Amino acid sequence: MSTQQRRKERLDRGIKIRAEGLYALMSWRELSYLTLPRLILIVGMLALPLIVPGMYWQRVVTIVCIYALLAVSFDFLAHYVGLVSLGGAFFVGAGGYLAAILNSSFGLPPLLTIPIATLAGAAICTMFLLPCLPLRGVYFAIVTLMYPLVLARIIEAMDVLGGTDGIMGVDSFTNPWVEQYVVIGCVLLFLFGVRRLVNMDIGLVFRAVKDNDQAVRASGMNISYYKAIAVFLSAAMGCLGGACLVHIYMWAGISLFALDFSILPIAATVIGGGGTLVGPVLGCLILVPISELLREFGTLRIVFYSLILVGFIVFRSEGLMVYGERKYHQFQRWVQV
Amino acid sequence: MDILIYGTINSVALALMALGFALVYGISRVPNFAHGSIYVLSGFITWTFLRTFHVGYVWSILITLIIIGVIGALLYQFVLIRVRGMAISEIIASYAVGLAILEGLRWGGFKGMSYTLPVFVEGSFTFQDVPVDFQRVIMVGLGAAIVAGLYLFTHYTRIGLALRGMAQDERAALMLGIDSDRMAVVAMAIGAMLAGLAGILLLPLGNVVVEAGYNVLILAIAVCIVGGLGSWAGAVLASFIIGFAQILTVVYLGSHYQMVVALLAIILTLILKPSGLFGMQKQLEERV
Repeated sequence: MSTQQRRKERLDRGIKIRAEGLYALMSWRELSYLTLPRLILIVGMLALPLIVPGMYWQRVVTIVCIYALLAVSFDFLAHYVGLVSLGGAFFVGAGGYLAAILNSSFGLPPLLTIPIATLAGAAICTMFLLPCLPLRGVYFAIVTLMYPLVLARIIEAMDVLGGTDGIMGVDSFTNPWVEQYVVIGCVLLFLFGVRRLVNMDIGLVFRAVKDNDQAVRASGMNISYYKAIAVFLSAAMGCLGGACLVHIYMWAGISLFALDFSILPIAATVIGGGGTLVGPVLGCLILVPISELLREFGTLRIVFYSLILVGFIVFRSEGLMVYGERKYHQFQRWVQV
Repeated sequence: MDILIYGTINSVALALMALGFALVYGISRVPNFAHGSIYVLSGFITWTFLRTFHVGYVWSILITLIIIGVIGALLYQFVLIRVRGMAISEIIASYAVGLAILEGLRWGGFKGMSYTLPVFVEGSFTFQDVPVDFQRVIMVGLGAAIVAGLYLFTHYTRIGLALRGMAQDERAALMLGIDSDRMAVVAMAIGAMLAGLAGILLLPLGNVVVEAGYNVLILAIAVCIVGGLGSWAGAVLASFIIGFAQILTVVYLGSHYQMVVALLAIILTLILKPSGLFGMQKQLEERV
């Protein structure tokens, strides 16, 4: 017996095959197989502020959503376009400071500052990152790593934009429910929007840029142009997160460039499963509450994320969501070889 | 005159920081984002041996270098080797390890101004009306010695030649019986030791602080990009360019702008000559 070898065979479930075709419309079972995971996510996210106890945890839900935006942005950029951004904090900082300036200097209400900061911030971030877009390799990671560190240093040293004190007295949202549902709505909107986008034609080009950029160039398409679009989109998500964050805390400061905003979304993406877009949201739902519980340990939290990150990337690089999807769609059995 | 002297000193310091990164990237194509944290870690290990265990300075330096080399080798053997070739995972994994080390040190109380390493030789002298202390002279001398030693090592020893062979063409090296994984471990250990050596040489000039880790990483990467990733000669030349540029900005503009110089250097290089000063043969490969 010992010489016999077995291997695991994976087969799609029958319901998956049926649900892919027209049959999906013919029975409730197939319909629910298709829609239930999405409904659980949407209803769950919308119900989250109602079921958590107390104001404090409602605030945590908001923070989860902001990190989820960042994580989706990282996942899109890394796994669909092939650009690893180590500086999510750069996007957060750009969006946050813009929203704070628009609000405190020009007196615009949050419902105006957030969209303006999102678009303008994304444009600025894209401009800053433009030099490294025609290149492949580690350049993008390096430059995105540098910007938050250097910008924080410049603001500190030159005492612009409020210096170390930051910009105080930014308006908050009119009431906490608006605040929560604005960010939750944004997460869901961007999540499903990006999912649709990557399956459209332009998404195909994005993936081609990641997998074989020479082929894209040979097809007469400008790689830098497509990369710039992708960076704009990703930066828009980050800036939106930053702008919301500023209005929630009513303060913009150097901590917007803090390492947390760069490393936690990456950790969430790796844990949740890169390339699935839903995975990062799931990762944030797990990591951010844990990080709130660990708040008293200070920077040990970052050590904690980093170690989880290394562990997952080395031993379980597929992530929770990919694992879950496989279990949902397929069953496996042992077969004799 | 002082611009010339301090420019040279600063350049040698940059070259020391960057050599380890350039070596590891050149040989195994793994961007070691944990470079800066190894630099800081070596400072703290030396401090611990010196102040807590009271072994001599020379001994603590030697022990530190060995420990750092082992850490580098272990880091490669157990983490990076599993993600090698996957660009995204390489960057994330090494960066995460670096962060874990740096923030762990910060949490462990290694912060503030109380951690200083003593200089090797006290005192200073004036050269052409410019005061220079002996530590900086030793650093320049040792830096030059290290560069020369690396050159000799990679051109005249078996391991060094094997490393260069791997850097040029890994498959051909494999066919000639060079174990690429083992060589990459060796390269990583040497790279880590170079980072540690840079830390031990440079940290006595100031305090040992965690923030230095990020700066060193950025400066090392800036030097490597300007010089051409993977090119050692380019790294040395680029460190002189950036070093003098930094000193000039400090003299004429103010010390706030020192980090901006590195960033500007990277961006200008990426716009004007993306493969760096000495990255000619890799131009097609790295630039799309």
